[in-house]
Amino acid sequence: MDQSPNLSEPAHQSITFEDGLTLDCGRHLARLTVAYRTYGSLNEARGNAILICHALTGDQYVAEPHPLTGKPGWWDALVGPGRPVDTGKYFVICANVLGGCMGSTGPRSPHDERPGEPWGTEFPAVTIADMVRAQKRLVEHLGIARLFAVIGGSMGGMQTLAWAALYPNAVFAAVPVASAAYHSAQNIAFHEIGRQAIAADPFFYGGRYWAEGVTPARGLAVARMTAHITYVSEAALTRKFGRRLQHATDLTLLVDRFEVESYLEHQGSSFVRRFDANSYLTITRAMDLFDLAADHDGNLSRAFAGTKTRFLLVSFSSDWLFPTAQSRAIARALNHVAANVSFVEIMSDKGHDAFLLDEPDFHRTLSGFLAGCAEHAGLA
Amino acid sequence: MNHVAPVQFVAKNMRVDLSLIAGMVAPKSRVLDIGCGDGTLIDYLFRNRQCDARGLEIDMAEVTRAVTHGLPVMQGDADSDLANYPDAAFDYVILSRTLQAVEKPREVLRQMLRISTYAIVSFPNFGHWSLRLQLLFGGKMPMTRAWHRMWYETPNIHPCTIQDFFNLCDEDGYKVEQWLAADDDGARAPWRKYKFLANCFGEQGLFLLRKA
Repeated sequence: MDQSPNLSEPAHQSITFEDGLTLDCGRHLARLTVAYRTYGSLNEARGNAILICHALTGDQYVAEPHPLTGKPGWWDALVGPGRPVDTGKYFVICANVLGGCMGSTGPRSPHDERPGEPWGTEFPAVTIADMVRAQKRLVEHLGIARLFAVIGGSMGGMQTLAWAALYPNAVFAAVPVASAAYHSAQNIAFHEIGRQAIAADPFFYGGRYWAEGVTPARGLAVARMTAHITYVSEAALTRKFGRRLQHATDLTLLVDRFEVESYLEHQGSSFVRRFDANSYLTITRAMDLFDLAADHDGNLSRAFAGTKTRFLLVSFSSDWLFPTAQSRAIARALNHVAANVSFVEIMSDKGHDAFLLDEPDFHRTLSGFLAGCAEHAGLA
Repeated sequence: MNHVAPVQFVAKNMRVDLSLIAGMVAPKSRVLDIGCGDGTLIDYLFRNRQCDARGLEIDMAEVTRAVTHGLPVMQGDADSDLANYPDAAFDYVILSRTLQAVEKPREVLRQMLRISTYAIVSFPNFGHWSLRLQLLFGGKMPMTRAWHRMWYETPNIHPCTIQDFFNLCDEDGYKVEQWLAADDDGARAPWRKYKFLANCFGEQGLFLLRKA
């Protein structure tokens, strides 16, 4: 098991590869631990496996209560028996990303060169492709040569795209949801605000907060609050909170608080209990670095040349963080190589977060797409 | 309040019998159906002719319905999105009941025969006798089952006759491999041998083209 000496964590199911992993940055991690969960059972032909890739602050607990918060799995509505990703039919795998803080190798893991210390901010920069290579090791370890599908939203969608580009023969179907082939300047800008907030927290100690026995909770909470605004739409915030006040009907005193303020506060404080600041820095950077076309002379379609993978791209109409135009650009790049691509924009006023919420049209679409693919893959 | 359905579909009440179009498609070929609606034809071609059939549809609700049925359909526009496909990506590209509604029919046809060996095109025939009579005696834009919206809201902005379409094929160097006239219900009409009669009595035209 891979645990930092300073932070107590529940025991996560994991596999450690003693030969480590060479990263895009050139560094070599001496050991690679991948924490993961699986649901359902692998069929005899080992052909019914679906890999779910989580987003920035997600983890491997996709379809079961979270061990720290006790909340239902983050894609509980989508993954489970009889759900669109039916665990009665498919073998579902979800791994904590490289750089994460839920058991996979990351800034909390033991430093390669300094026994007794965690990596902290010295954890090497990782990329989305590095995360995917780590997942590939796990998938191979599980004896799966070809995944029936890779599905992910937001950063999970980036991993899905990277899977399809890096291992086209190992991915029968790919479903990037509310995602993009690169992180835009606006996306990077919002991440940078979050990182600055963490760095400005007096408890950050240059990233060595673990040595002081504290956490930069305030900075991390502000990072989360800022990010959270980008996950929702103006319409959704208005619908949920409007200009309502907490514990008051009229704006009488200057000390009155708007409901939206306390909501954000809650988002921030509940987040810091389950997330590590250095992981947040590592993963946001990995997202910023993502530009799939850049690895192919600026031509996104080259990333998918000759692909046989069946794609479903899903975007949400009110998502301004990963807008529909980004998904459409991917669909067009796939058209350029005559790939098999389905593309839908789901009407929703819930913003980027819609991919995590109850969106019946999305769920039906995914379910139908998987059923169609299963037929083509001979799984039906 | 008077609810007017969105003007997305084009002569949806008129359908060329799927088997007429499917009859033009060789088994196991690569097919793109433009304006595929809910994907009925794609499904038919996949199940009955083992085709690798995909769809492009402008109406998101129809796209969602198609994908929900497991069909590979993407939201897109015939006028702008065909340019994204590589040359000769398909054996057949189908444009059923949609030609008269695109912004640049000539360019759409050119793109179709760039990305595909064959193009299958069907459209409501504006040369049908009932339309001619309505215009002649009524002096107003004709209204029929296929042309059922007022001139100011019809999506059918480029109506043409079967004869017009033959002329365009000549001009742009497309070889008409097969053609037929059909009635509104998609039954094959018996005017096959006489263009003039087909243009008068066929409610829709169906063409299989390739580059000459």
